[in-house]
Amino acid sequence: MKVLIPGALRSYTESSETVAAGATLSAVLADLDHQYPGIRFRMIDEQDRIRRHIRIFVNGEQARDLSQPLRVTDEVVIVQALSGG
Amino acid sequence: MARNDGKAKMQTKRPTARAQQKARRVLVMVATRKGAWLYHADATRKTWRADGPHFLGHVLNHLVLDPRDGRTLLAAAKTGHLGPTVFRSTDLGRSWKEAAQPPAFAKAADGKEGRAVDHTFWLTPGHASEPNVWYAGTSPQGLFRSEDGGVTWEPFSYINEDPQYRKWMGTVQDGTPDGPKLHSIIVDPRDPAHLYFGMSGGGVHESTEGGRTFALLIKGLEVVEGFERADATVHDPHCVRLCPSNPDRLYQQNHCGIYRIDRPSDEWVRIGKAMPKRVGDIGFPMVVHPRDPDTVWVFPMDGQTVWPRTSPDGKPAVYATRNGGKTWKRLDAGLPEQQAWWTVKRQAMSADAGDPVGLYFGTTSGELWTSRDEGKGWTCIARHLPEIYAVEAAALS
Repeated sequence: MKVLIPGALRSYTESSETVAAGATLSAVLADLDHQYPGIRFRMIDEQDRIRRHIRIFVNGEQARDLSQPLRVTDEVVIVQALSGG
Repeated sequence: MARNDGKAKMQTKRPTARAQQKARRVLVMVATRKGAWLYHADATRKTWRADGPHFLGHVLNHLVLDPRDGRTLLAAAKTGHLGPTVFRSTDLGRSWKEAAQPPAFAKAADGKEGRAVDHTFWLTPGHASEPNVWYAGTSPQGLFRSEDGGVTWEPFSYINEDPQYRKWMGTVQDGTPDGPKLHSIIVDPRDPAHLYFGMSGGGVHESTEGGRTFALLIKGLEVVEGFERADATVHDPHCVRLCPSNPDRLYQQNHCGIYRIDRPSDEWVRIGKAMPKRVGDIGFPMVVHPRDPDTVWVFPMDGQTVWPRTSPDGKPAVYATRNGGKTWKRLDAGLPEQQAWWTVKRQAMSADAGDPVGLYFGTTSGELWTSRDEGKGWTCIARHLPEIYAVEAAALS
């Protein structure tokens, strides 16, 4: 599925958009990390929590649970939230 | 004959002088809230070449050279949005590669609240006999070790999950404003199994068994009025340094004064009482002389009432003792004489190994200052940098 990448993570993907596979959000993030080593830990902490200034949207709805099922046609958008100056 | 002798002398002298000069090139590593800079100088330390920014926009808490190979740099980084990581260069910053497994706490069991590393705060190269070993201290307090030069990191020792240590570490509210920190990781140059570290808050700790056990080392340290000295939670060692010329002597800049300890004694002695009363003995950095265990430098700050964390009276100064803390001398020649309200953070002051020793500090207002004569006079190397978090100096061959 299509995954949109925020500017802060483009040093990994070198693109604003990429493709990743997986039946859940967790699996998609694992696939992203396989393609771009290190990218997952910058978004998800060691307790599997989405980091404070990262938001992930699936088809426009904010995702809060990494076990959320995904379909091939879904669009995942990763956003860098406001984080001060 | 005499002329030939003279010529021979010149021929032998020149390469020796060049070799000495080459051996004493100096690198100053500056980590800031918005990136990192490397400053290069020759042996004279008069002119500096800036290399940077590296990691523009990243929050860099520490940037350290591996003294065992003289070319590997490790950088503790995060950004406003992203989680923490460590970058590694094996060519003095010409190229960087991210750690494959940055410091991270163990995953908590189901139903338990686990901790997450907010940022790696402190990096310490391991013992000379352990060439690929590094230690890292994090916020919240955690101790980590790498055995492959900083590529992968694992929790080190038992303290990260130990109930007693977790109690001493306290909560985020018990720590410094930008998060409680584990810092001042020290490896005894005589023994890789002899370790120290400090926690803000949480006190000073020592292991003689390579981290298998740690013991408190807080006797003699004062705490904020109204709290119990025996409770490590309320101890706040800002910066602890071991004297390379006498590894039985350590100095400490604490939230409650300046201290010295001479092992095997387990009691710290408050040597900051000899500082001028109007300046006090509160501050963050502590710098030890590379060859003289009686000489250290501190940078006092205003720790009164609401803790302004500025230079006292807006008049910045370094203070030095040459006699182990019996007396202190103000060293401010060249520094602003008034209305300078910056200060220096705990990792932002360092010494090189030159003779005389070169001193370096970076300010919260983004200025990098140096002294080529052990603090007698100061000059500014750089202005208008972001807030400086750490300054390290090293000799390059």
